[in-house]
Amino acid sequence: MNDKIQTYLQSNFPHFLIENRQINTNLPYYTLKPEGIVPVCQALKDHPEFAFTFLNDLTSIDWLGKHAIRFEVVYLLKSPKNKHFRIQLRVPIEEGEAVPSLVSVYAGANWPEREIFDLMGIPFSGHPRMERLIMPDNFVGHPLRKDYPLEGPGQDYLIQDLLTLHVNEDISSN
Amino acid sequence: MGLTDVLSKPGEMFGDMFQVAKLENVVQWGQSFSLWPYPFATACCGIEYMSTSCSDYDIARFGAERPSFSPRQADMILVLGTITYKMAPVLRQIYDQLAEPKFVISVGACASSGGMFHTYGVLQGVDRILPVDVYVPGCPPRPEALLDALMKLQIKVQSQGLEARRQEIMKKIQEINERNKPLIVA
Repeated sequence: MNDKIQTYLQSNFPHFLIENRQINTNLPYYTLKPEGIVPVCQALKDHPEFAFTFLNDLTSIDWLGKHAIRFEVVYLLKSPKNKHFRIQLRVPIEEGEAVPSLVSVYAGANWPEREIFDLMGIPFSGHPRMERLIMPDNFVGHPLRKDYPLEGPGQDYLIQDLLTLHVNEDISSN
Repeated sequence: MGLTDVLSKPGEMFGDMFQVAKLENVVQWGQSFSLWPYPFATACCGIEYMSTSCSDYDIARFGAERPSFSPRQADMILVLGTITYKMAPVLRQIYDQLAEPKFVISVGACASSGGMFHTYGVLQGVDRILPVDVYVPGCPPRPEALLDALMKLQIKVQSQGLEARRQEIMKKIQEINERNKPLIVA
């Protein structure tokens, strides 16, 4: 199965593949350029034999100080037709660059992409609603980055709007 | 013995038939035994509250057996657990919806000080946003500690007048506001 996929990708999408990237994992993985993730996923999903119709997970890694390219977005695809065979697609990305959104192929990529944007600060171009998912809307920073301090820079600014409700009200007079 | 003499000795028993008191004290006494709790349970302290409210520990002995799941039908909010910055506006709005006079019990280390979660997402104590009356230590506190907190609050309700209560709330909210003034970062 893995050999077939490798042959298929190397014959059809050789310009999107990045070779010679060694990563310790027990799953077959293919490293792609950012612009190739949408066509490759679409092709693997629509292929009659492979049929990777399910996006198992979508997450990201911060390789600060370990790899030349800092971030990596990891797509975990599953093919229920072929005994739930799984592959990884990995997209290395520098800070500030955007990855094309996968929502047009897998609708379930919507919230994971927002979560990655919120916690890791990787923007996804073409996403229908690129906003924070988990942290408050006025939060500053991306807390899952390796260089983010655990205590944060001091979060008092997050509650400053709440306290105007009773302050101007003179409750002793009524 | 005239009426003036009787009223000058509140709390004194006259035989075993009647006792005189100020109306305010009678109201406060009744209030202290009919506190309706609103359990704002976000973590494991909520499990301890469930045990406290059930028959083993039986918070009904102190008149607080009626947990209300609408803040408009409650006057004592129990903050049971970790409060994140995203939850803080929700908690604040629920506090504003409680019926007056309202009391706040901060249960457990997380609600009182952030506990072990000294991190970017956790509010470091609900006294940053609410005027807290009683703090309960523990992680999580035993049901006995919760009952003790309720008894402490009853003593406070019985001894504090309505006007003093209002003044205390206003003072605490002004302090909170002063402490949380917007920081200007250059």
